[in-house]
Amino acid sequence: MAARVDALFFFLVGVSLFFAALICILIVYFAIKYRRRSEDEQPAPIEGDLRLEILWTVIPLGLTMVMFVWGAKLFFVTYHPPSNSLEINVVAKQWMWKVQHPEGQSEIDELHIPLGRPIKLILTSQDVIHDFFVPAFRVKKDVLPGRYTTLWFEATKAGEYHLFCAQYCGTQHSGMVGRIVVMEPTQYQTWLSGGTTGIAMATAGAKLFQTLGCATCHMENDTGRGPSLVGLFGKTVQLQGGKSMVADETYIRESILNPSAKVVAGYQPIMPTFKGLISEDGIFQIIAYLKSLNRQEGAQAQK
Amino acid sequence: MNEQSIERREHYLNVNYGIRSWLFTTDHKRIAWLYLLSVTFFFFIGGFFATLIRLELLTPQGDLVQAETYNKLFTMHGVTMVFFFLIPSIPAVLGNFLVPMMIGARDLAFPRLNLASWYIFILGGLFTVAAAAAGGVDTGWTFYTPYSSIYSNTHVALTVVGIFITGFSSILTGLNFIVTIHTMRAPGMTWFRLPLFIWAHYATSIIFILGTPVIAIALTLVGLERIFHLGIFDPALGGDPLLFQHLFWFYSHPAVYIMILPAMGVVSELIACFSRKRVFGYGFVAFSSLAIAVLGFLVWGHHMFVAGQSVHAGMVFSLLSFLVAIPSAIKVFNWTATLHKGSVSYNAPMLYALGFIGLFTIGGLTGLFLATLGIDIHVHDTYFVIAHFHYIMVGGAVMGYLGGIHFWWPKMTGRIYPEVWARIAALVIFIGFNLTFFPQFILGYLGMPRRYHVYPPEFQVLNVMSTAGASILAVGYVLPLLYLMWSLRYGAVAGANPWRARGLEWQTASPPPTDNFDRTPIVTEGAYAYEKEPEEIYTFGKPAHV
Repeated sequence: MAARVDALFFFLVGVSLFFAALICILIVYFAIKYRRRSEDEQPAPIEGDLRLEILWTVIPLGLTMVMFVWGAKLFFVTYHPPSNSLEINVVAKQWMWKVQHPEGQSEIDELHIPLGRPIKLILTSQDVIHDFFVPAFRVKKDVLPGRYTTLWFEATKAGEYHLFCAQYCGTQHSGMVGRIVVMEPTQYQTWLSGGTTGIAMATAGAKLFQTLGCATCHMENDTGRGPSLVGLFGKTVQLQGGKSMVADETYIRESILNPSAKVVAGYQPIMPTFKGLISEDGIFQIIAYLKSLNRQEGAQAQK
Repeated sequence: MNEQSIERREHYLNVNYGIRSWLFTTDHKRIAWLYLLSVTFFFFIGGFFATLIRLELLTPQGDLVQAETYNKLFTMHGVTMVFFFLIPSIPAVLGNFLVPMMIGARDLAFPRLNLASWYIFILGGLFTVAAAAAGGVDTGWTFYTPYSSIYSNTHVALTVVGIFITGFSSILTGLNFIVTIHTMRAPGMTWFRLPLFIWAHYATSIIFILGTPVIAIALTLVGLERIFHLGIFDPALGGDPLLFQHLFWFYSHPAVYIMILPAMGVVSELIACFSRKRVFGYGFVAFSSLAIAVLGFLVWGHHMFVAGQSVHAGMVFSLLSFLVAIPSAIKVFNWTATLHKGSVSYNAPMLYALGFIGLFTIGGLTGLFLATLGIDIHVHDTYFVIAHFHYIMVGGAVMGYLGGIHFWWPKMTGRIYPEVWARIAALVIFIGFNLTFFPQFILGYLGMPRRYHVYPPEFQVLNVMSTAGASILAVGYVLPLLYLMWSLRYGAVAGANPWRARGLEWQTASPPPTDNFDRTPIVTEGAYAYEKEPEEIYTFGKPAHV
C-alpha cells in the first residue's frame, strides 16, 4: 500500500514540478526580456486569446481528473479490508492507545502484528476525537467517540514503526504516541502465547454476558424476552417499523447503549440501557463473544 | 508637487484633527486607517505566538514551554491570524480605502455601518485578547468537538464569543461592498470596466454574507453545549461530533477564499500597472473570482477525508475540490501572460506580486495533493498541510497585502516609501518564507503530525531549518513597519499618480480629498487602458459636492 501511495505522490510531485518550473521560468524570462527600458515605453495592448484560455483550462482539468480517479481508486482500497484480515480492537483515550487482541492479549501504546497478514483495526474513543496514524504504512483514520471506524494495512517488513495520534486531542496530544511491532508470524505466535496472557476476548465477553444479566433475556433457544443472539452477527435483522439492517459492530454497540433506538420486530422495547455499566473494551468483548456464537453454530451445523 | 502643497491643500487627513475626528469618522479612508492599525497590532501579536512556537520546535524535547502552553500558543496564533488579521486585512483596509475610489464614489453606501463594523471588530478582538490574557485557549483554531465543548479547561467560551462578534463586522463589510458596487458606480463605469480588485472584493463579499452566519451558528452551538450541556456534538450527550466539522468547514473553507481572493485582486492591479498593460483575459480573471466563490462552498468535505465520513462523500468532495483548482490555475496563467510583451518594472509592489504568483502556485499545486484521496490519507493533519496553507495564506494573502500596502501607500499618505528598503524587505520575506515553510512539506511527507509539542528526534534537522527561516521572515516583517512609519514624515511627496496607473483612484490627488473626487468622474474605458492617456479615459463632470 505504501508503495502505491508513493507512486501517486511522486506522480503529483512530477506534475507540480513541471507547472511550478513552467510558471517560474516564464515569469523570470518575461520579466527580463520585457523589462522597462525607458520611462516612456508603452507596449501595444493585448486583450487575451480564447484559444489559450481553453488550452489552459482543459489541460489542468484533464490532469486533475487523472489525479482524482487514481486517488479515488486507492481510497476505495483503503476502505475495504480483505476478508481474511486479522481483527484487532483499539480503544483510544486521553492520552493512550489500548489494544485488545482476540486471543486475549492486551497492550498499551504498542501494537504487535504478524508480517504479511492484512490487519483490520476496529477503533473507537472513550472521550474526544483521536487519530490512528502510522506514517510508514501511509494510513490514518480518525478515532471517534460513540462510533466505530476501521482501518486496515498489511506490513511487508518486520521492524518497529511510529504510531502517532494525528488529531489534536488535548494537553498530552504529542505524547499519545506508540509503536507498531511487526514480527515474523512464528514470533508473533510466540508473543501471543507468552507473557501475562489475559483470557480470550470471546471468553471474557461470555463472562460479561452472564454477569451483566444479558443471558436472562437473550436465551439461546429463543424463548426469552429478547431475541436469541446465536448466529446474529452479520445477519440482516427486521426492525420494528419495517426497516431492516445488518447486525454489525455498530448495531450491537448501539443496541447495548441505546437499546430502544432499533428494536427487533416482534419484541418489546423493555431492555434497559447499559450505558455506564460497560466499558468500550467490554463492548468489544461482547461483540467478540457474539461472533464466536456464529462460529459455534457453524460448527454444529457441519456436524 | 512639493512639501508645502501637500500640507496646504485640504485632504482627508488634515480636514480635521483630534482623536474624536478619527473615532467618530464616517470617511471610508479614515476607517481604513483604523483597520490598518488594528490588523497590524493583531499581526504582530499573532507573529509573537508564532515566534514562540518556532523556538519551541527548535529542539524535539519540548523544553521551552509546557505542553499546555504550547497548545495555547498555536491556538492563539491561528485564532489571531485567521480571524483578526487575514480575514479583515485586505478587504477592511485596502478594500475600504479603494472600493469607493476605484468606482468613482464618494464613500461606501453605508458610511455609519462601516464605522460600526470597525467597532464590532474591536469588541470581538477585546473578547479574544481578554481570553488570551485570562490564560488562553487550547483547542486549536478549529475548535473540534467534543474536545472544545466538553473536555478543554481553557477559555473556550470567551474566545468563541469574540469570534462570533467579529463575524458581524465581516458581514456588514460585505453588505456594504455589494450595495456600493451595485449602486454607486460612476457614470460609464460598467461591470466590465471594473478593476479586477473590485470583482475580487465582490466575490469575497458574497462569501462574507453567506458563510459567516454558519460559523456563528457552529460556535454558538459549541458555547451552548459547553455552558448548558445541551447534547449537540458530544456523543455522550447524544450528539454527533462530525456535525461540528461540517458546520465549521462550511464556513472555514470558503474563508480561505476570503483571504486569497482579495489578494488576487491586488495582484491583478499590480501586474497590470507594472507591465503597463491590460490584464490578459480580463473576463476570465473576473469570472474565475466568482467561480471560486461559488465552488468554494462545495468543497468543505475535503477536510474530512479521514474523519469518518462515507467513502462516497469523500469522492464527491475530492472531485469538487479539483474543480475549484481550475479557476485558480486560469488566474495564474493569465497573470503570467500579462507580462508577455509588457513593460515590466521591478518596483517593490511588483516584487511582491511576482512573489505571490510563485508562492501561490506552489500552494495551489500542493493543494492538489490534499484533494487526492489516496494521498490525503497520508499527509492529512501533518506538517504537509501546515506548509500548504501557509503558502496560500502567508505566501499568497500576506504577500498580496504587503504588495497592495506599498502600491497604494502614496495614495493613502501622499508620500512614497523608500524603494531600496522596500525591495530588500520583499526579498528577505520571500527567502525567509520559503526557508520556513518548504521544509515543512518534507516533514509532513515523513509523517510529522501537526500540533506536536514533542517530536521524534529524526525530525529535528528540518525543524531547525524552519526556525532559521522564521527568524529571517521576522526581520522581513519588521522592516516595512519601520520604513513605512519613517516615510510618513520623511518620504518623498508622491503626487497624484506616481505609478502612471490608469485606475480611477489615481486620477485624484494624493492624499485624496474627503469626497474623493472634486468633480464626478465619467468613465469611457476599462481600468487597464494603459495604451491611452488618463485624460482619454476619464472626463470630469459637475462638481461632486453641490
